[in-house]
Amino acid sequence: MIAIHNAQLLRLALPEVIVVLAALAVLAMDLLFLRERSTRVRFTIASAIASLGCAGAILDLLLASRQANVLDGMLVANPLTHLVQIALLGMAIVAVLISVDSAFTEHVGEYVLLILLATVGMMFLVGSQDLLVIFISLELLSLSLYILTAFDKRSARSSEAALKYFLFGGMSAAFLLFGFSLLYGLSNSTSLARIASAIGNQHINDPALNPLLVIAIVTTVIGFGFKVAAAPFHFWAPDVYEGAPAPSAAFIASASKVASFFIFYQVMVVGFAGAEGNAAWSHVVSGWVPVLAIVAAFSMLLGNFVAIVQSSVRRLLAYSAIAHAGYMLLAIVAHTQQSLAALLYYVVTYALATLGAFGVIAVVETQTGGEWLSNFDGLSSRAPVLSACMFIFLLSLAGIPPLAGFFGKFFLFASVLTSTPGSLGLLWLLALAIALSAVSLYYYLQVLKRIYVASPSPEAAGIQVPIIGQAVVVVLAGAVVLLGCAPHLLLRWILEAIRASGL
Amino acid sequence: MLAWTIYISFLGALVLLLLPKASVASARILALLTAVAGFAIALTAFAQHRTGEMLTVVRAPWIPSLGIEYHLAADGISLTLLLLTGIIAISGILFSWNIEHRAQEFFSFYLLLIGAVYGVFLSYDLFLLFVFYEIVIIPKYFLIAIWGSTRREYGAMKLALYSFIGSAMVLIGLIAAYVRAGAKSMALGDLAQYPFPLHFQMWAFPLVFVGFAILAGLWPFHTWAPTGHVAAPTAASMLLAGVVMKLGAYGCLRVAMTLFPLGLLTPWGLHVLGLGSWRDVFALLAVIGIVYGAMVALVQKDFKFVIGYSSVSHMGFVLLGLMTLNQIGLSGAVLQMFSHGILAGLLFAVVGRMVYDRTHTRDLATLGPMNLNKAIPFAAVTFVVAGMASMGLPGFSGFVAELMVTIGVWRAFPVLTVCVGIGIVVGVAYIWRAMQKAFFAEAGVESVTPKPPLPPITFPERLGAVLLIGTSVLIGLYPQLLLNVIVPALNSPLFDGLRKGSWQ
Amino acid sequence: MTAFPWLTVLTTVPVAGAIVLLGVTERNKNLARVLALAFSFLALVLTLFLWHSFNAATGGMQFQERHAWIPTLGVEYHIGIDGLGLLMLLLSSIVVPIGMIASWQIQERVPLYFSLVLFLQACLFGTFTALNFFHWFIFWELSLVPAFFLIKLWGGPRRTPAATQFLVYTMVGSIALLLAFLAIFLATGNFDFIDLAALARNGHLMPDVIAKLNWHRFTPEHLTLIVFAGAFLGFAVKVPLAPFHTWLPAAYAEAPTGTTILLTGAMSKMGIYGFLRILVPIFGAEMQTVLTPLLWLAVVTIVLSAYAALAQKDLKRIFAYSSINHLGYCLLGIFAVVKFTGGDVALTAEKFAAMNGVLLQMFNHGLTAATLFWFVAMLEKRSGGLRGLDDFGGLRKVAPVFTGLMGISLFSSLGLPGLNGFVGEFLIFKGSFPLVTWATALSVIGLLATAIFILGILQRVFSGPLNETWTALPDLSTGERLALAPAIALMFALGLWPQLVLGVVNNTVIQMVQQLRF
Repeated sequence: MIAIHNAQLLRLALPEVIVVLAALAVLAMDLLFLRERSTRVRFTIASAIASLGCAGAILDLLLASRQANVLDGMLVANPLTHLVQIALLGMAIVAVLISVDSAFTEHVGEYVLLILLATVGMMFLVGSQDLLVIFISLELLSLSLYILTAFDKRSARSSEAALKYFLFGGMSAAFLLFGFSLLYGLSNSTSLARIASAIGNQHINDPALNPLLVIAIVTTVIGFGFKVAAAPFHFWAPDVYEGAPAPSAAFIASASKVASFFIFYQVMVVGFAGAEGNAAWSHVVSGWVPVLAIVAAFSMLLGNFVAIVQSSVRRLLAYSAIAHAGYMLLAIVAHTQQSLAALLYYVVTYALATLGAFGVIAVVETQTGGEWLSNFDGLSSRAPVLSACMFIFLLSLAGIPPLAGFFGKFFLFASVLTSTPGSLGLLWLLALAIALSAVSLYYYLQVLKRIYVASPSPEAAGIQVPIIGQAVVVVLAGAVVLLGCAPHLLLRWILEAIRASGL
Repeated sequence: MLAWTIYISFLGALVLLLLPKASVASARILALLTAVAGFAIALTAFAQHRTGEMLTVVRAPWIPSLGIEYHLAADGISLTLLLLTGIIAISGILFSWNIEHRAQEFFSFYLLLIGAVYGVFLSYDLFLLFVFYEIVIIPKYFLIAIWGSTRREYGAMKLALYSFIGSAMVLIGLIAAYVRAGAKSMALGDLAQYPFPLHFQMWAFPLVFVGFAILAGLWPFHTWAPTGHVAAPTAASMLLAGVVMKLGAYGCLRVAMTLFPLGLLTPWGLHVLGLGSWRDVFALLAVIGIVYGAMVALVQKDFKFVIGYSSVSHMGFVLLGLMTLNQIGLSGAVLQMFSHGILAGLLFAVVGRMVYDRTHTRDLATLGPMNLNKAIPFAAVTFVVAGMASMGLPGFSGFVAELMVTIGVWRAFPVLTVCVGIGIVVGVAYIWRAMQKAFFAEAGVESVTPKPPLPPITFPERLGAVLLIGTSVLIGLYPQLLLNVIVPALNSPLFDGLRKGSWQ
Repeated sequence: MTAFPWLTVLTTVPVAGAIVLLGVTERNKNLARVLALAFSFLALVLTLFLWHSFNAATGGMQFQERHAWIPTLGVEYHIGIDGLGLLMLLLSSIVVPIGMIASWQIQERVPLYFSLVLFLQACLFGTFTALNFFHWFIFWELSLVPAFFLIKLWGGPRRTPAATQFLVYTMVGSIALLLAFLAIFLATGNFDFIDLAALARNGHLMPDVIAKLNWHRFTPEHLTLIVFAGAFLGFAVKVPLAPFHTWLPAAYAEAPTGTTILLTGAMSKMGIYGFLRILVPIFGAEMQTVLTPLLWLAVVTIVLSAYAALAQKDLKRIFAYSSINHLGYCLLGIFAVVKFTGGDVALTAEKFAAMNGVLLQMFNHGLTAATLFWFVAMLEKRSGGLRGLDDFGGLRKVAPVFTGLMGISLFSSLGLPGLNGFVGEFLIFKGSFPLVTWATALSVIGLLATAIFILGILQRVFSGPLNETWTALPDLSTGERLALAPAIALMFALGLWPQLVLGVVNNTVIQMVQQLRF
């Protein structure tokens, strides 16, 4: 264990500190000076401060290239965590910005504060390889998200969703904690690396998996499966996506997903190293890989097929999120360096597209009073720019080139196959994934059909598109196109970070 | 230079989106100019490129960490199809001159589609090819769903899903091949030279081939074609039948067959219903497509369905030509791609634009009494000429192409030749039946004068029809023009793997 | 060989005419008619010039043009004529103006009608001059299109089924023919008639086909027969040979009479020409193998069609069946010649006679049948469309010149000595009898039946009591008489001096017969 000076620790956690300070500043500003102002002004100022804070944190992460591993993995800093943290901060900025024009709450300061706190939770989550810190930051994140979900007090759905989210979340936290405690019992350590070596040693002595380890694997997968909304642990997702205020939903669907997937990968790959097993067709060996393979397959099937029958765009996105979780789990199943890169690329671009889609939904909702498919009828003639952006987001989610989602899928699938050199054992999973992504085109096109093909109802008024919201959405759409046409911009960065982090 | 066919089309699409709403006329002209420019570039390249060998157009690193390059190249086969795309693009715009509803968007989607099609034909890197191949799906969907007619949303969705499922199959095969070959390069030449193990090719070949062939209308995966064609607006039908179906056939030849020749050639070692290899299976399916498409076309009530099924039948010739695996059959298949593109475009133009837009019906029983050969004689003449060409009457491009394919079939599958003959005969019958029912009143039936009188055929329509007929006759009388570049392309090292089989 | 491309020019003339006519508006009916006739006379003049310049002494291919066309397919633009081709060109050039004059009263879409006729003539010229299968087939097939539309647009009440039946039958035949030729191309890489005939003569053709087609399930004999059957079907439908003839009566009857003239006068010769130019030289051995059935077909064609003609009431249908009958004689002659090949020197004279007879009969039938249908057209014009056998009677009294001239034509068709029909049939029978005695003998029944129905026509239409309806029937006008005069004169001329034709074709016939070796 390396002794570390407090100042050094603070320096290491500077980005998180900046965000926390920004959060406090937002709260103070809002409560002390802006109480009498209109919601819009308060939101504008609050989000400006929050954005500045996040931007400051990003700047710090960019400039200071640190490599550190404090207290046996309690706090880890390397280019990879920085990269993910930067992405998270960026998404937080977007989430804050698209809430500027919303009017679902009067507690502006608290709302922005919670977003920032959730961001801090995610940053710690990403920058840790220790079960305790992981669990604590996960709870910080989750609690913030529960409240964010419930923030629209006028809406019963919002409260219902939050309650469901909370109940399921509590349960999954219990599972996770149970799994973690078993791991601790098995290895006498909370550090992922030590757990791995302990498991590995046992595994060498006794090729059959320790039953306790099996339970630990299963409960951990359940716990994280809940966080990433993989079937069959997805029940909260449709309600939350539907009930939460649009910016909250966007945040939950994007940033939280990025962080959860990253740490899921870390826990499984680093923590359970040695107990992987094999999911290759006809070579199945028990371990966490086959478990995840099954979860992945189930998520893809359920998500894609249930999404087809949805008539609420948000629920549709929720089920599509479940399906995408299934695709992303493939990367964990493959668990190679390349698949990590693919996972990061995928989850980041997925998050961008989802954020954008929720940005559009937020506008449509405030202007037309709903987010049913019928509310999107003829949107292209009422808000052409917004429609074009939605076009890009949904097609990226469907995996149509030259958008980012396509390259994400391609790279992910290629890396899954590469993970078993010499044989194509995971091909069955891949074939399933690709076949189902063909299904997904159907429901994405259903939305686009409403936007472009259906004619608007005669009484529908024109849509006043807020400038900030539109700007954010356009930037996101631009990013999706850019990352699709030139994936190397991001990919190079990810690959370098992975290499530099020595994973 | 040739790469500008892609860029200029995409650029045109973008500019059209930015045009002010009211300027429909300028949108048309802009679209036409863009298409003409694309064609001019393709034609120039065709004229300069006499050898037909693969020449790189652009090559730049794209995603270096995956070995993926932005690599465009053209050989004789690509050039032939590029020319086709250019011609169809121009005539499609000419036949869409009457589009008023959301015209900018229409032409924008149209040019997007054209640009992507150019892209597929020019791509040497298979990743790039796939990218363009998938881009095609989306504008296709919207062109049909927004501007289409009968059951347009159903037809559009069916088409999009079929295409997407096909491309999913292709994607599985491509990724597997890419990984198998070491995940170093997606270049066609590199993958074609990699000796994939036999058992790998045995499943990868049918997967990728069928994936592409879905778009080429391979029976029994053809069902999207008639509904899609019928639902689509005229220009989109022209594009669909004219070039999009060719994308599938091109993919079969360029990707599936070059990458996995052993999967195609090697016998299974057992016979199921007399079929001993994938080659036999696909040849049989192609022949069934020829005969079935023609038979079904023979009993249709909707004029456009006749043409829709005729496309299935004619594309069967392309696929059958590919399966002959001899030089004459393969060159015939490529020629048939060109020929069918031109002729299907022409037929759809007559049915969709000249007849349907004027009479607002496609029911053969309703059209007959109108005695259209008197009301719009130009349409009747055009249809007769196009029909003659389509049924493979000598002097038109279809004849040479089907002739070459049939020679190839004689050599490879003599038994199937008879079925092909039946298919041709039925082809004559359905064209003739449609022509009689649509344009000539039955004797004894009271002829109805349509009210209000049908508007005369406009100049752009005439121009488009003349362009297409002229091309068909030119190629019919002097096919060597295209064969000069197709044959060397087929003799290039790219097809070495196939040539080891039964190439003669 | 850079001689002036006379044959190409000849084919281009009617094409040019057809295009020019398309530019004439509907209202200028007379302009269209006159222009069309002018172009057809121009073609006739050109043909007469060729006739004049043709070197009858050699009898081989002349006026040849040969250019590379589609090297990939071994296709060349190769045209040329020998005596046979020249004769057919002349016949077409004569029949087409007759058809045009007989169509003078057409009122609807006149420019289009004459344009199609000229287009048909171009196809005929193309077919009779082509020496490469590729463009020969182009013309062969394209000729269907104008013929179809001539029937379809200007025909009688049941024109649509007739036109369709005509098209489908001939198309099926053509495609069978095409497939057969593709098989041959596959084996030889060659589409040239002359080259293929040479290969067949040397006995290389069919072994090549057998070697190159890996059709394991059939023996070589069957394979060659299948290829032959394909080609045979194509021509048999066109001629037509029973039982492939059923399209013909309907098509001839429903077509406007001017078109029927073209169909019977010139187009039916395409089939016989195909037998002579393609089937006999290339598939001689196979024909010999199945000679007996072929002869039976010929006999059945001759006899049945004559009896069928007896049963008809419609003049056009009668002449339609009589056409089948007359062309049956040609086939009989051809099959007879094929029976013996190679060294049978003793039979050479018979073979020459039969073959000369076939050629002469082709020309005569074209001329006579065209003239007969022309008379039908004039009769229809006078009667307002009636042409039944029983609709008239005693016309001799009101229209003596008409009766006389038509009588001459009928007797020519009957084969009365002194008229052209006699010489051809006589030569065929003279040549065939020693070669295939039983078939020739049976065919005589056809001659008898022909005599009966022709005399029946004379009796029921022209003699007997005058049908009261037609008391005011006008006789032939001066113009009509003038127009008919050359045709009638030619009948006499050829009847009295057959050497006019035989002199030109004889050397070609000798070569054809001598080259029949397999």
